[in-house]
Amino acid sequence: MRDLHLSLNQTQRVRLQAALDQLESYAASTAAAAASVTVADSIPVNHEDNILKGHGTSDLDGQVVATLCGVVERVNKLVYVRALRSRYKPEVGDIIVGRVIEIAPKRWRLEINFSQDAVLMLSSMNLPDGIQRRRTAVDELNMRSIFVENDVICAEVRGFQHDGSLQLQARSQKYGKLEKGQLLTVPPYLVKRRKQHFHHLDQYNVDLIVGCNGFVWVGEHVETSEKESTLLSDKPSGKQETDNSVPLETRRHICRIANAVRLLSVIGLTLTVESVTETVEASLRSNIEINEMLGSEFYVQTVEREAQRRASMVRKRS
Amino acid sequence: MGPPPTLPTSHSFSSPSPKTLQETKTPFEIRFALLSSLSIQNHGMRHLKGEIGVVSKADGSALFEMGNTRVIAAVYGPKEIQNKGQQMNNNEALVRCEYSMANFSTGDRTRRPKGDRRSTEISLVIRQTMEACILTKLMPRSQIDIFVQVLQADGGTRSACINAATLALADAGVPMRDIITSCSAGYLCTTPLLDLNYAEDSAGGPDVTVGILAKMDKVTLLQMDAKLPLDTFENVMQLAIEGCKAVAQYIREILLENTKQLESRRGS
Repeated sequence: MRDLHLSLNQTQRVRLQAALDQLESYAASTAAAAASVTVADSIPVNHEDNILKGHGTSDLDGQVVATLCGVVERVNKLVYVRALRSRYKPEVGDIIVGRVIEIAPKRWRLEINFSQDAVLMLSSMNLPDGIQRRRTAVDELNMRSIFVENDVICAEVRGFQHDGSLQLQARSQKYGKLEKGQLLTVPPYLVKRRKQHFHHLDQYNVDLIVGCNGFVWVGEHVETSEKESTLLSDKPSGKQETDNSVPLETRRHICRIANAVRLLSVIGLTLTVESVTETVEASLRSNIEINEMLGSEFYVQTVEREAQRRASMVRKRS
Repeated sequence: MGPPPTLPTSHSFSSPSPKTLQETKTPFEIRFALLSSLSIQNHGMRHLKGEIGVVSKADGSALFEMGNTRVIAAVYGPKEIQNKGQQMNNNEALVRCEYSMANFSTGDRTRRPKGDRRSTEISLVIRQTMEACILTKLMPRSQIDIFVQVLQADGGTRSACINAATLALADAGVPMRDIITSCSAGYLCTTPLLDLNYAEDSAGGPDVTVGILAKMDKVTLLQMDAKLPLDTFENVMQLAIEGCKAVAQYIREILLENTKQLESRRGS
């Protein structure tokens, strides 16, 4: 168990074990369980239909051998191993959350849980004044007025340069600096690529951004269209800091949602808006304090709820 | 950290009186007391135990026990190269390794300087061994840091470190050619011995540490501290290789179980 040290009592231990066994039994009925491999396991393939070896495989004496621990996936002729715990593997168009670690000439360097730092060029993001123009030397000198070191940023993967470095872009109002919230890091395999990664949780007035790289942002809701106008109007007056502190209620919501994300990632359940909101609602229903969400009782309850959810899914299918 | 160390059950000693056991307190003292009455028998491997995911902030981590030897390994990376000067080749990952022994890991508590010669040498050995199996070409312009620390030393620390590092690297999702495992063997009183503990190691006989790529059957590490006749050496090495294969079997079981658990919890 990573991250969380629980002291379970006897009943909780039995309940947890029962729920985990249940989860395992549902997984065992699917194909994925049978296809789990570890490093140096040979993957059975039919060599007649000249297969293509994908990620996580290598060739050893004519056998296809896994080089990672994970699950074997087959798409037509392609055979590859989907790794579970590993660093983020970027794909073009992914929405990611990152942290600025360095300002270099015409670019920011971001830590995004990839094997290298990502690069956000000054030219591949909208200027705060919203005007489309060539970036001048003055803009370059004013880069710190946009992002400084340790800022948390949301951006999109633009692609790989020919030298192998990863380029990002932030060409829309929805991308950019994230403020007034919490950044959480979860293993990237828990985040699935979906149509929507920005979520506005209306009832809590909170934004939830689930980055494909496993960085999750929980923060106060900002109106993207409004943001543009406030940026223009507020900048000269410079009173941005003072007039909009986050109300206590919203802060509580942020903490509650953040703890839900933490809990799900510690258990190892997939992170989606649905699972997060469901966990938050369950904690509210059973009157669990924010700090108790990471305690043993709610942990066991969450695993049990997940087991029930999968049970109902299996029933629906059959 | 876990239960207090117990006497290795797989070892057999020539009936030490139970009184001596009660008089001496720590396992190390017990072992020294037993050293005199140590009878050499061809025992098998000591008890193995591996646990994945013990360091929460690391990309991969593992705890590995061989009898009373207990080692923790943490892998960070692949990540951006911190010191560009160390980068030898732009097309492959840089592997770094740091071995250290906790002050409390041995019987007498000694304060070692951080970069003493012994730990520098073992760091190098582990780094070279792990480099042989990591597919560094797949991760250009990045570095992988491996930190191993000995929590409890009872002989065969470098073997345990290599096994722990393998588990941690697999947990970190670093692509590897094969699983590297290591085991030591010795030769005392005309008997080849597998997986020497501290008492057997300090008896002064030769100590052969072998690291193999389990599936490809290739040797990546071979160290020996003394001289041995060639035919005896081959016996001893064969024994060590068998030990490595037993470790490999165990490590794969742990990894498969861990993978299945992660996948089952994640759901579809």
